[in-house]
Amino acid sequence: MAGKAKDEIVHDHNHDGIDRRGFLKCMAWAGTGAFCVMKGGVLKSYSLSRLPEIGAAETAGELSFVQISDSHMGFNKPANPDVAATLKAAVDKINALSAAPEFMLHTGDISHLSKPEEFDTVEQILKSARPKDVFYVPGEHDVLNDDGKQFLERYGKGSQGSGWYSFDKKGVHFIGLVNVLNLKAGGLGTLGHEQVEWMEHDVKHLKHSTPIVVFAHIPLWTVYPEWGWGTEDSAQALAYLKKFGSVTVLNGHIHQTMQKVEGNVTFHTAASTAFPQPQPGTADSPGPMKVPADQLRNVLGITDVNYVQGQHALAIVDSTLA
Amino acid sequence: MRRSVSAAVLLAALGLGIAELGAGTGNFTASAQQKPETTEVKIDNFSFGPGELTVQVGTTVTWTNRDDIPHTVVSTDGVFKSKVLDTDEKFSFTFAKAGTYPYFCSIHPKMTGKVIVQ
Repeated sequence: MAGKAKDEIVHDHNHDGIDRRGFLKCMAWAGTGAFCVMKGGVLKSYSLSRLPEIGAAETAGELSFVQISDSHMGFNKPANPDVAATLKAAVDKINALSAAPEFMLHTGDISHLSKPEEFDTVEQILKSARPKDVFYVPGEHDVLNDDGKQFLERYGKGSQGSGWYSFDKKGVHFIGLVNVLNLKAGGLGTLGHEQVEWMEHDVKHLKHSTPIVVFAHIPLWTVYPEWGWGTEDSAQALAYLKKFGSVTVLNGHIHQTMQKVEGNVTFHTAASTAFPQPQPGTADSPGPMKVPADQLRNVLGITDVNYVQGQHALAIVDSTLA
Repeated sequence: MRRSVSAAVLLAALGLGIAELGAGTGNFTASAQQKPETTEVKIDNFSFGPGELTVQVGTTVTWTNRDDIPHTVVSTDGVFKSKVLDTDEKFSFTFAKAGTYPYFCSIHPKMTGKVIVQ
């Protein structure tokens, strides 16, 4: 069951062969993106850095796209004084792919402080990527001070409510959700009644065989509620997707990769293109991890894989800039 | 005669006024030089310190963000709301009325605190 490349982790639910230590060992920080391929209706995720080793045949599929996340443009603290450079490095990885992905998803925290110039810089850098379409959802850092008005003006064309939307690509139905607004004291991310009901309506007429990809900033599964890493009403939203055979949920926010399979749903979180955050509960707070520059590449990519139940094997490779 | 009665009434009224003023401010003393009190809350490691704070009416509380990540200070009941505070930025609010004021960071809502004003 070993992957063709040494860094690929193939998880077979029947034979628990995950080599976690090996996985951690090959991790290196500096987040980039995940190269996602829809193959036979099942989404597989690969490291942009490792793709050349894996080979085109292995990563071929009906549809491919890239997920990047948490660029935090404007952040300039010791954890990463040059977040523009690491975002550019991610774009270089994307442009080095033999076949250009169809489009990019950015799962939020585009900016650090919601400043117009921060959004401008990210847009400028992403313009140099070969995939021209970028689909965004906001992170909490993108909706500071104005309840998301600026985000909606920039990226919300054709969206509903506070910026949620769906679209279809090659038979795959993509749903972009907003779970960073109207957060309540002591609570987690929130979708809100209106958005959840919209989603029910949005998928009602789709065939059960339609592969679904949901993307939002804060994880739609409870990663670590003590740090707010979860979404209050995600269970309600996901209940509307139970009838579908293949559902993939892509999130950002926690600046590290994690995967989990639960029933028909595969959850992935992406690394940040900006700075690492600690593994749940391993630090006093989820603040940026400050590490000596020479160690920076070895600290992150902390990955935890929890499989509850799955119907098919899942291949996962972390994404790094190394 | 009539004049002296008027003066007494006036003095009594003045005295009453001072007494009322004293009751209103709680710890009024004639000789005290009234200085507005200030108190600091530090935002560190995604938490407010102290998380619960008791102050006198009229106290100005100043929050300082010492994290590398921006935070906000938002009253749960809509009484006060800071702009986003980047590293080392401050927000102050003067509590003019007694009461309990729960607040949180609207970016990281797991961060909560409380100011009790007496």
